[in-house]
Amino acid sequence: MKTFPHLVACEHCDSVYERTPLTPGQLARCERCDAILYRASRLDVDRWLALTIAAAIVFVMANVCPVIYISFKGMHNEATLWASAAALAHGPAAPIAVPTAMSIIIVPFLQISLLGWVLLYARFGKRAPGFERAMRMLVALRPWSMVEVCLLGILVAVIKLSGFLQVAPGAGIWATALLMILLTVIANRDIHWLWEMTEPARSAQKAQA
Amino acid sequence: MTGAVSAGRLGVVSCHACGLVCQDTLPQASHHRPVAESEACGNGARGRSHQVICPRCGAPLHRRRPNSIARAWALLLAGLIFYIPANVLPVMYTSLLGSGSDNTIMQGVIEFWKSGSYGIALVIFIASVLVPCTKFVVLGVLFATSQRGSRWAMKERAKLYRMVELVGYWSMLDVLVVAVVAALVKFQGLSDIEPRIGILFFGMVVIMTMLSAMSFDPRLIWDGDTE
Repeated sequence: MKTFPHLVACEHCDSVYERTPLTPGQLARCERCDAILYRASRLDVDRWLALTIAAAIVFVMANVCPVIYISFKGMHNEATLWASAAALAHGPAAPIAVPTAMSIIIVPFLQISLLGWVLLYARFGKRAPGFERAMRMLVALRPWSMVEVCLLGILVAVIKLSGFLQVAPGAGIWATALLMILLTVIANRDIHWLWEMTEPARSAQKAQA
Repeated sequence: MTGAVSAGRLGVVSCHACGLVCQDTLPQASHHRPVAESEACGNGARGRSHQVICPRCGAPLHRRRPNSIARAWALLLAGLIFYIPANVLPVMYTSLLGSGSDNTIMQGVIEFWKSGSYGIALVIFIASVLVPCTKFVVLGVLFATSQRGSRWAMKERAKLYRMVELVGYWSMLDVLVVAVVAALVKFQGLSDIEPRIGILFFGMVVIMTMLSAMSFDPRLIWDGDTE
């Protein structure tokens, strides 16, 4: 089958354009429907990988440290992200615990580890084992990552509870906030160019020229 | 209409997963008919028997997402049905010093409003009432107009679709609030907060409408444009 890597089709209206190189920070928009076609990456692979590792560290902190401490009439309690998802598993609404755990813990974990894996190899211009599957999964996972919603949820919970008991933020809440920012930077970007960067034929073409 | 050429006219198809533009070697059944029509009829067997795979990433190639409109309608309807118990049934049980009460989503909003936290009341109202309701209407309009191959306000409809995709998942907010407070407030006898069945239905509404928006192929909006 013939392929046309120099072309790009708008995901939203199927208009076809020729890819033109962009300067960092620029983005290409579809003339017909105004959707973003692709953007130039501000990050090179090294920086991207560094931020992914940072996200991994922050992810561990967000999951290990409690996000909120409360005290009520001399009693104390705390909750982590896991405990929050697990709290839904008790009682009649139990099945909702699964998508909740997915959206705030499992999906971000998969995004970070898959990106780290792919980028580690991309650094050397290679395709990691399972590259195709990892790239497809990264695209499919993106809409289900809800760390930002989780953070807003924690804040609403803080305000809700502060009415009748004492509430203090834990280290986990700061880690979650950082994770939200880092995930936005590393995972909400155009990953298409990793395909071109790691093209197996590319090194051969260069040798010929 | 504009300078842009559509993939269908060029005889190419772009991969949903990796974006590679490939030569269109799919069966030619629907070439001269508007694609919306043939997809809406929903002949699942046809797509499955001749599967063409993206040479780069291995995802199945198709001009439009298979059975896009039928699936999108089904999921939207499921979401709409779940939305009723999600609002009628309690999402949370709160007990404070012996006196317990069940709360629905709207009661939660009203409680915040009465206690003077107008901002929070508004945030929850937007995330759990306004966004889902707007989503039902917007998606319904998008599906119906695309099904008929309408040429009305195509650019605006395309924008509307992108907006729905962007804000849709914020509705999960209420589920996460219940999760956090239920995990925290566990003081046996003195004070307890427990999730209730309504939150399950509400979570299903969010998931169903997200899946519905994802199954809809936004390119169907433009298929009426092929003269």
